Amino acid sequence: MDQKISFVVDGKTATVTADPAMPLLYALHAELGLNNPKFGCGKAQCGACTVHLDGAPVRSCVMPVSAAAGKSVTTLAGLGTPDNPHPLQTAYIAEQVPQCGYCLSGWIMTAAAFLKSNPKPSDADIRQAMAGIKCRCGTHMAIMRAIKRAAQAMA
Amino acid sequence: MNPTTRRDFLKASGSLVVSVSIPGSVATAFSQGIGSSATLGGKPPLVPDQLDSWIAILPDGSVTAYFGKMDMGQGVDVAIAQIVAEELDVAFEKVSVVMGDTATSCNQGGASGSTGIQLGGVTLRNAAAEARRILLELASKKLEVPAAQLVVEDGVVKDPRYGMVSVSYGELIGGRHFHHKVEWNKRYGNALALKVQAKPKDPLQHKVVGKSFPQKIVAEKVYGRAEYITEARVEGMLHGRVIRPPNAGCTPVSVDESSLRGIPGARVVREKNYVAVVAEREWDAVRAAEALKVTWTPQCAPYPPMEKLHQHIREARPNGKGMPVNRGNVDAALKGAARVVQAEYEWPLQSHASMGPACAVADVRGGEARLWTGSQKPHFARDGAAKIAGLPLDKVRATWVMGPGSYGRNDAGDAAHDATLLSKLTGRPVRVQYMRHEGTGWDPKGPAAVFRGKAGLDAAGNVVAYEFYGKGFTRQEVATNESDPKDTIAGQLTGWKPKANIIFQHPAEVYGFENKRCWWETIPTLLELGSPLRVSHLRDPLGPELHFASESFIDEVAAAAGADPVAFRLRYLAHDARHSAVVKAAAEKARWEARSNPNRGKGDIMTGRGVSYTERNGTVVAMIAEVEVDRRSGRVWAKKFTVAHDCGQIINPDGLKLTIEGNIVQALSRTLFEEVRFTENNVASIDWATYPILELADAPESIDIVLINRPEMAPQGAGEPSHRTVPGAIANAIFDATGVRVRKVPITPERMKAALTRT
Repeated sequence: MDQKISFVVDGKTATVTADPAMPLLYALHAELGLNNPKFGCGKAQCGACTVHLDGAPVRSCVMPVSAAAGKSVTTLAGLGTPDNPHPLQTAYIAEQVPQCGYCLSGWIMTAAAFLKSNPKPSDADIRQAMAGIKCRCGTHMAIMRAIKRAAQAMA
Repeated sequence: MNPTTRRDFLKASGSLVVSVSIPGSVATAFSQGIGSSATLGGKPPLVPDQLDSWIAILPDGSVTAYFGKMDMGQGVDVAIAQIVAEELDVAFEKVSVVMGDTATSCNQGGASGSTGIQLGGVTLRNAAAEARRILLELASKKLEVPAAQLVVEDGVVKDPRYGMVSVSYGELIGGRHFHHKVEWNKRYGNALALKVQAKPKDPLQHKVVGKSFPQKIVAEKVYGRAEYITEARVEGMLHGRVIRPPNAGCTPVSVDESSLRGIPGARVVREKNYVAVVAEREWDAVRAAEALKVTWTPQCAPYPPMEKLHQHIREARPNGKGMPVNRGNVDAALKGAARVVQAEYEWPLQSHASMGPACAVADVRGGEARLWTGSQKPHFARDGAAKIAGLPLDKVRATWVMGPGSYGRNDAGDAAHDATLLSKLTGRPVRVQYMRHEGTGWDPKGPAAVFRGKAGLDAAGNVVAYEFYGKGFTRQEVATNESDPKDTIAGQLTGWKPKANIIFQHPAEVYGFENKRCWWETIPTLLELGSPLRVSHLRDPLGPELHFASESFIDEVAAAAGADPVAFRLRYLAHDARHSAVVKAAAEKARWEARSNPNRGKGDIMTGRGVSYTERNGTVVAMIAEVEVDRRSGRVWAKKFTVAHDCGQIINPDGLKLTIEGNIVQALSRTLFEEVRFTENNVASIDWATYPILELADAPESIDIVLINRPEMAPQGAGEPSHRTVPGAIANAIFDATGVRVRKVPITPERMKAALTRT
């Protein structure tokens, strides 16, 4: 049975009328027509669907939309903008990280939360924190440089 | 959902119309003659022998280049813009590249074989040079100065003697068309070439080519604004999901549509053996695909047990054979050899496993069809869609919209045909997105193969005979593009009969062995119709497979000869300066220390380094890999690569370095982690848990790249050549670290540990 569910997305209130068990991803991408997050696996195995829910990274492909009711969702587009970029976005552009770029929500949203709690990470910390996030184009060297660059910029 | 919610939320009406933005939309409108045809006589037809098919000058003097190949994220379009800016003498920023639309570019073959610059760039270079020549002619008439005396500075033609006497490209032709014929070779696809009167610039004069420029699209992606094929939304579209059989090769006996009861708007679409569901809302289509009950024909077990795949390959009766190298008398030389070295290597089936499963949108109505596709060959996708839709080519337009990663013939081509078929059958626009199990499970696979090396050494350790043999699936069980429904699942299940193209190859190296034979055999497909294990092109088709084996084997021969592996390679490459140069450059940069015996570490972490060298269509690469092997866990970490790369003239050094890094890391993933699992009934690698790939923890600590630039030489490809060099370098480094040869990929911890235990 469809329900009316409201939450905030990137600072704006949104309402969907949908199956409460529907993953949040479908609410954001299919129902609200956002470009991000992306469907990668539907199994929380790759990260492409990552958003922040009240500031914490979640995999929107497995989180029911009902769990977002009354909460605040931040997508990649809401993390920063060209006028007010997140340091990770600035670093990603400087390092020219992505090839296809379909994975970006996974890396940037996860790293943004990670750098908040661990502002001076070692290489090993970063490698561990990004476990489970996939990039198929093999841009990992540039990802590593960008996360380190962002950490330095935020220090 | 309530549509007004979405409208309010988005503010823009993007979701009510096709919201995908065709790259360079202003230029696209111009190219189609929109708004200009009445006053300017229209654009000539989109055919290769019209200069207007390649280059347009807009009223503000900016330049549009129409590119019939594609960029898949490595920045080929940036390089094309540089090449065009260079020939036209305009600033790089003034050039935009439009690609991927059958309405605006000629079929140059799409993304294919690392030829974006090597072939596609050369054509655009010729077109731009010819455009400059025409523009100078026009300026000459206008300024009444001989063309030879004129110079161009950022799109302004000047008489250098009188600085005030000038005219801009925009003034000369901006917004109008050249209507100028050029010669072409009458071959569409990769081979398309132009012949023009103009002579491109002397490379020594290049100012824009050879410099690094970033990709503008990167910022769009990073800010979450870029629209991918998954964001192609057409008013009134249905959402489709395909139903694949539980056992490969089974066909539907009956479909129980009542199993969809309760899912709003969900219904079954069936044609012959093809089954899909559609619904108004995406989640309902997903639910319907899960809920649908289908009775299938009994399982038919088309595959050998997975652990017997390579035995099957060895024993299968060949259906094709080639002997591209046969020099001297190998058999006689082997008989006379003091010592014979032999080894056999195995490579598994591998998946593209693109970051997102494929998506496509099609609208087949009113005797016309539109297709939006992530296929890296949209012109060919158009051709196939036209056949599915039963429409003439000129009634079908395909537009590429960037997809979730593409490294060859992945699942994008299949999705294009699914969407087209479903739109045709429903009379509505249809968006199809695969689920992960279809993306990984049902994409065309990279071929599995077995390779055998045999070499004869004389008493002094010189190679007197060398034989290399490969046997496996042809790399084109289905074609490398989707121009024919026989090559897609949707086509095959609706009656189109596939026909494999027999193609295999031998290692691309120039070792100067006097007696040398390279040959191969292919084997028949395991399942002809609708097989999830059908084989087609995956990045650098057969490259990593072959050169894992051939570069491992050369190392084995060097070790048997008691020679240092770098010195041994150089001994047999001495006749070729370019090939020797990369090996020397990589060794020097890595501070290679010659030794003839493996390091054979004693502790828990064993370290070693290995060399590998390969060629690919004119590009030569050598690399040194440094690995750590953990004796306890069997984990291999490729800690460092040092690479020397020679692809002729370099267009964009920073872009090239990033491309090389991606090639290496993806190849590292294929070498250490990737293997398509299957049962006798079906593919079993259906997600990231069952088809693991490299993660950040396993990425190298550093990749040190030496670019060898040869401006005097034509640019060669770079999108793949450094991919094939990786597996051999890793296997050779493992040998150095442990004294153990690993001859089977992927080199998983379990396999490595087992190999260490055996010694």
